Amino acid sequence: MTTSTRDISSGSGRQREGSPWTGLPTIALKELTDQLGSARIRILAALIILTAIGATYIAIQELKQTVAEDPFIFLRLLTAARDPLPSFLSFLTLFVPLTAITLGFDGINGERSRRTLPRILAQPIYRDALILAKFLAGLATLAVMLLALWLLVTGLGLIELGVAPSGEEVLRGLAFLAVTLAYAGVWLGLALLCSVLFRQPATSALAAVSVWLVFAFLWPVLIDVGTQALQLKSLGFQTSGLDVAQLQLALSRISPNTIFGEVALALLHPATRSLGPILFSQLEGAVLGTPLPFSQSLMLVWPQITGLVAAMIAILTVTYISFQRQEIRS
Amino acid sequence: MTDPIIEAHGLTKRYGDTLAVDHLDLRVRRNEIFGLLGPNGSGKTTTILMMLGLTEPTTGQIRVAGRDPMREPLEVKRRVGYVPDAVGFYDQLSAEANLEYTARLAGIPREESGQRIAAALRSLGLDGVGSKQVRAFSRGMCQRLALAEILIRRPQIAILDEPTVGLDPEGAREFLGMIRELKKDGLTVLLSSHLLDQVQTICDRVGLFHRGRIALEGTVQELSRTVLGNSYRIAIEAIGPAVDAALSRISGVSAIEQRDKRRYRVEALRDVRPDISEAITESGGKLLGLTLEEWSLDDIYTRYFERVRQAA
Repeated sequence: MTTSTRDISSGSGRQREGSPWTGLPTIALKELTDQLGSARIRILAALIILTAIGATYIAIQELKQTVAEDPFIFLRLLTAARDPLPSFLSFLTLFVPLTAITLGFDGINGERSRRTLPRILAQPIYRDALILAKFLAGLATLAVMLLALWLLVTGLGLIELGVAPSGEEVLRGLAFLAVTLAYAGVWLGLALLCSVLFRQPATSALAAVSVWLVFAFLWPVLIDVGTQALQLKSLGFQTSGLDVAQLQLALSRISPNTIFGEVALALLHPATRSLGPILFSQLEGAVLGTPLPFSQSLMLVWPQITGLVAAMIAILTVTYISFQRQEIRS
Repeated sequence: MTDPIIEAHGLTKRYGDTLAVDHLDLRVRRNEIFGLLGPNGSGKTTTILMMLGLTEPTTGQIRVAGRDPMREPLEVKRRVGYVPDAVGFYDQLSAEANLEYTARLAGIPREESGQRIAAALRSLGLDGVGSKQVRAFSRGMCQRLALAEILIRRPQIAILDEPTVGLDPEGAREFLGMIRELKKDGLTVLLSSHLLDQVQTICDRVGLFHRGRIALEGTVQELSRTVLGNSYRIAIEAIGPAVDAALSRISGVSAIEQRDKRRYRVEALRDVRPDISEAITESGGKLLGLTLEEWSLDDIYTRYFERVRQAA
């Protein structure tokens, strides 16, 4: 990546004119059409729909046998699992980052390798519009897919279980969808960042998938090993088990997967009261196992939701800045 | 010089330690075809990108259609059509869809763009393939498609970077003809090329690039006069025992070059053709051909930089 030197002598009056969003709807619409019509999205959609149907079917079987009187049966539909198959939620945690990366990894370097970048940027638009339109189009594609999936699962539940979802279940389901979209946005932003930083689409895809692999599989192991080593070292100090647990939690929350998992837990299991280690004294007077109202569940994970959205915006900002500073010519 | 449409003063672009463009001064007049000529890597593309506001100049000023491309890039880009070297299109879209997309970005209303696209494709000989995917297009067809984009957008200035690279000679000639048509429509055309001879025929004026500067600027005739003085180059085809000696006796001849057994090339300060025919006949040889050769831009360029190198 070559960055331009920016020692402009006449700094004043260099404010650029015209809206940075000129052309944004046009580009976003074109990108959306491309995304929805692309072969890769068809493959992914087929894969995801099949797993969704499979996971939901298993969940329905499970629910019919065990918890026939669960008040949140449509939420249980998303989280119930039977060995060896994971739940719909686990599938989603796996597939959402992959889909987001698939949609974004060749956003900018693809334009470069097709040699369309100079031609498009020579049109009366700013670079801002191009990068933002690509992000929005990706997000819209993901939103369509997620909504379709959720409706599919709910529809299957309606047919098989024969009860309608309650208002709160719908509310919680929609809130969960919105958070999943923010989670997807983080990975989409990362994929776009890789597409700006790496000239080869293959390298960019590999880089994005590596980050995902680290957070999905390696990160928990690393934290475990790391904190154990710390415990040994600090034998002389007064470190309680609580401190270590809190450190582990704080470290694991660097991973967007953990954050998303926590939000999903609180929203889909209304009985969840705390996401960290909790002392017995704090549980005094609590009626365990009773569901929290939606607003309280939302309060519980509000910091996580804010964090996800903030991470998405931060990554997008870095992407935006690196793209602005890049030279157009290869 | 009245009313320059592109004007640069002391334009400089530095990439780290290398100076890509070094205090460049340039004026392009309205409705002329101006050629930015020079070898690869002499700063032509960087200059063009600065004109479009796609690269920030390190120092210096540039004004395109009376505006600063860094401050008002949208206004500048609305007035300038650009065909980059190695132009690319979206493969999976048809030619029409590609043009429709840029027409939309340029702010042309949908009702009008359809007509303009059809007309542009027709005038560039692409009318049968408008609905075909660009994937199947040859290099020459892509170049024409890029030119179609300019016809549709109707800018004041067309900037073409290496328009003939990758085209066969016939295709290049045809394409240059199409560029000449743009001038008739009132456009100012700025084109860059390293193929000096190929584009000299259509340029009203040229600027010869050398290491980030325009070393020479003017019409081809002007340049040849400045660099080569009033010298003539004459090609001779003759057989005989002492053609060489005969030629060297003519006054005014500054250089003689024997190209093969019967062909010679002479440089002289005046038109020495009558003297040559006389001298060869007198020496007992037979004159088979005698032509006054035009100096090409390549010659001018080579001569000039030979001299610069010798002076250094």
